Amino acid sequence: MTVPATPGRRAEAGVLPLDGAGVLVPAETPFRQVWRSFRKDRLAMAGLVVLAALLMLAVLGKLFTEWWVLFDPATVRLPDKLRPPFSIPSSSIGKELWPTLGLYPFGTDELGRNVFARMLQGSFVSLSVGVVAVSISLIIGITVGGVAGFYGQRKLGFVSVDTLLMRVTDVAVCFPTFFLILTVVALLPPNIYNIMIVIGITSWMGTARFVRAEFMALREQDFVTAARALGLSEGRIIFRHLMPNAMAPVLVSATIDVAHAILTESALSFLGFGVRPPFATWGNILADGRSYIFDAPWLFILPGGAILVVVLAFNLVGEGLRDAMNPKLRRRASG
Amino acid sequence: MSGAEPQATPLLSIRGLRVDFATDAGSVPAVRGVDLDIGISETVALVGESGCGKSVTAMSVMRLLTGRISAGSIRFGNTELQSLSEPEMRRIRGAQIGMVFQEPMTSLNPVLTIGKQIEEVLTLHQRLTSSAARAHAVELLKRVGIPSAERRASQYPHELSGGMKQRVMIAMAISCRPKLLIADEPTTALDVTIQAQIMDLLGSLQQELGMAVLLITHDLGVVAHFAERVAVMYAGKIVEQGAVRDIFKRAAHPYTRALLAALPDPLRTAARLEAIPGRVPLPRMLPAGCAFCARCKHVFEPCPGVLPELFPIAPGHSAACFLHDPRRAPSNVPCQ
Repeated sequence: MTVPATPGRRAEAGVLPLDGAGVLVPAETPFRQVWRSFRKDRLAMAGLVVLAALLMLAVLGKLFTEWWVLFDPATVRLPDKLRPPFSIPSSSIGKELWPTLGLYPFGTDELGRNVFARMLQGSFVSLSVGVVAVSISLIIGITVGGVAGFYGQRKLGFVSVDTLLMRVTDVAVCFPTFFLILTVVALLPPNIYNIMIVIGITSWMGTARFVRAEFMALREQDFVTAARALGLSEGRIIFRHLMPNAMAPVLVSATIDVAHAILTESALSFLGFGVRPPFATWGNILADGRSYIFDAPWLFILPGGAILVVVLAFNLVGEGLRDAMNPKLRRRASG
Repeated sequence: MSGAEPQATPLLSIRGLRVDFATDAGSVPAVRGVDLDIGISETVALVGESGCGKSVTAMSVMRLLTGRISAGSIRFGNTELQSLSEPEMRRIRGAQIGMVFQEPMTSLNPVLTIGKQIEEVLTLHQRLTSSAARAHAVELLKRVGIPSAERRASQYPHELSGGMKQRVMIAMAISCRPKLLIADEPTTALDVTIQAQIMDLLGSLQQELGMAVLLITHDLGVVAHFAERVAVMYAGKIVEQGAVRDIFKRAAHPYTRALLAALPDPLRTAARLEAIPGRVPLPRMLPAGCAFCARCKHVFEPCPGVLPELFPIAPGHSAACFLHDPRRAPSNVPCQ
């Protein structure tokens, strides 16, 4: 063989992707293309790093505050109330109440509880509320949107399926969501699962509209007819052929929805309708701290800042994904 | 040379097929009574210009229409396809009747590798395990002439050219060894050089698998090379049917003759190609009689008012034109 070994991407020159030995180079998956473009977006990458750190913190938080209690967020040390960050416990604290690191990294609150431990515990709550609530909203949204988009032209009596489902969606959009959540949460026992469910079933409308629009466009594509002509069932066509094609905008909006859900949970906890007090969330740490804004500013700066950073990170990752998954924007991002 | 006589028990038998599409202006007929037989291992070409109902006829066989079949029967072997339930019909599609489409560029799912898409059909209809399906998919890709089939199987549709994609579509359509392959303008979207390759491939696959082919096309050159029997459609009806020799040498219907006259002939350097005057009538403004009468050179008294049936001309050759009606045809009109 006299073919010169020229590694690299000849596919871009419009030639078959061959390597030096004339062998076809394995294909680049769509996922890799998106990742390659996403990596160039520095803000989105920063967001992703923050989210990775948050995920780690949340897992560690769950581990160290509940299963292997290194940091007890509920320990009350009244002599040490409202201590600033990085202060050392006073001598009146007994050995059994001594904080793990020998100091209070984030200070203490009005009951002398370790804010660091409480923030750790809260990080898991925030993340899990965000993820679970958005999963619920995705399930409802994809189902409603998918049915409306795929079976929309079927008639149910005098209305089409599409009209029926989308008017229901319109009605759901028109509810003042936050007050609805407040009402429901006030009636239900205020535990974290109820909050997840309530946020989930009040935030699916955007997803439903996205998915419906995607499905309506995809339904008419030739490959759907081809799939039918091969004898594939509608369920298979919907879940295996249409869904992956519709996933890009859904994933983007889901990422941003997680930020919304975290904010909503924080707001609920702040108002006292959220997770019940001995259990810490960023929202109720903030709520407890608001009476001591001038005496103990760390009590609202730390949880408030944490909420801000996490919400911002989710939004940046969502924006980055949107750009990376849109081939028209991809060129700009790489140029 | 088996083409002239339709076999005793046809594989596919369409009788009196009528298809209507509901529009804002009311119901519009797209197919107005089509009779067509396809024998086992026979190649039949359905020819006609755009909008004459060729594809609608094919889609009716697959029961993939957006319109409504208002009358007629479609028998496949001994089964009446219209009486089947949807799950029963799904077991016919892909397994017994394969279909190749006009647009290879958009007929493959962009987010699945081509190997996965072929495997899906195999696991569905033949209940193969996934590794067996993978091996079979690669075999199929090799059979349809795709080089480096193992690697190609893990590529996505956007990495293949149009001709390659059409080969993949053919591989999917024949994957379960169907008895009938419907090829709906399989070469229209391809380059001329690729067209010949694809038609050669279809021809050799037909020989190998012994399947019948219903070729839908408006390319008479393809028909001459590939088909045994030809049915010419005009405005939702078959106007002439016969063996390919009869159609090309002794075309009987004025429309078929006009179509053949419109073909460029490399030996005859005429300045202009023959064109058929006028245009296809709109489906909702069809005359009561022959739909071609407004454009026909030989139009005479019964044409606009009476619908011509298919009059036999020779064994296996018939045309829906009163020129061939022994009772009506005026003796002074040239039949040939």
